[in-house]
Amino acid sequence: MGQEMLEIFLAFVKAFAVGGSICLIAQIIINFTDLTAGKILVYFMLAGVVLTAIGVYQPLVEFAGAGATVPISGFGYLLASGAMKGAEKGFFYAVTGALSAASAGVTAAVVFAFIMALIFKSRTKRN
Amino acid sequence: MTGKVKGNVNENYLNYVKTQDPPTKHFKNCAAAFGVGGLICCIGQFIRFMLEYAGLSGDELAGATSVILIFLGCFLTGLGVYDRIGRYAGAGSIVPITGFANSVTSPAIEFKTEGWIYGMAAKMFTVAGAIIVFGVFSGVLVGLVYYFI
Repeated sequence: MGQEMLEIFLAFVKAFAVGGSICLIAQIIINFTDLTAGKILVYFMLAGVVLTAIGVYQPLVEFAGAGATVPISGFGYLLASGAMKGAEKGFFYAVTGALSAASAGVTAAVVFAFIMALIFKSRTKRN
Repeated sequence: MTGKVKGNVNENYLNYVKTQDPPTKHFKNCAAAFGVGGLICCIGQFIRFMLEYAGLSGDELAGATSVILIFLGCFLTGLGVYDRIGRYAGAGSIVPITGFANSVTSPAIEFKTEGWIYGMAAKMFTVAGAIIVFGVFSGVLVGLVYYFI
């Protein structure tokens, strides 16, 4: 029992450390350049795709769990690993694999954003 | 009347603006990004454990976790809470998947007044569209490379 609790605690520590570090790198880039939030998101997603393709990101996901999958680079990981899995099945799945893997995330974002737009009104930004 | 203006006026003005800008608080910024980003990932890990306990596994587990996180991001954006977190946490709230949800929901709500089709639906993808375009394109490249190797 104690062993199991320790493992769960360690999983949280690893997720916090790795996820926090990815955000820290982004913050340092924002501080020293004038990249906007949108560009940061695109670059980190592409970094996730590249790191997955060369086989670096998979071990990180196994080590840190949500710490590696929750940041936007994890979205890139999802796309690339979907494409890589699809490539084993055949040409068609090699092309469609990426978006198929990301379908849950994209669908959720569209549907929930639509619902929120129905419910909430735009508010004046308070500073 | 005011005497000679040395150098480029625009340049002078930009230099003046720089002297009046508050200095970026690098350490505080970075600590907030690390803390909030780490915390959001821990929430993700918690959801993962709960779903695993409920019997999900593999792709289903990963997908359901991100769907729940995206829901939380959208909902908190609708309430106006996420933008307040973002002002404090910077990249800590942008980089996690909840920031992606925020970048979809925020313009959807804001541009509702410009109509449902050209406002809400079209503006929804101002940031997310770029992510999906480059994501799909690079994903297809990876798939093709792995297929032909």
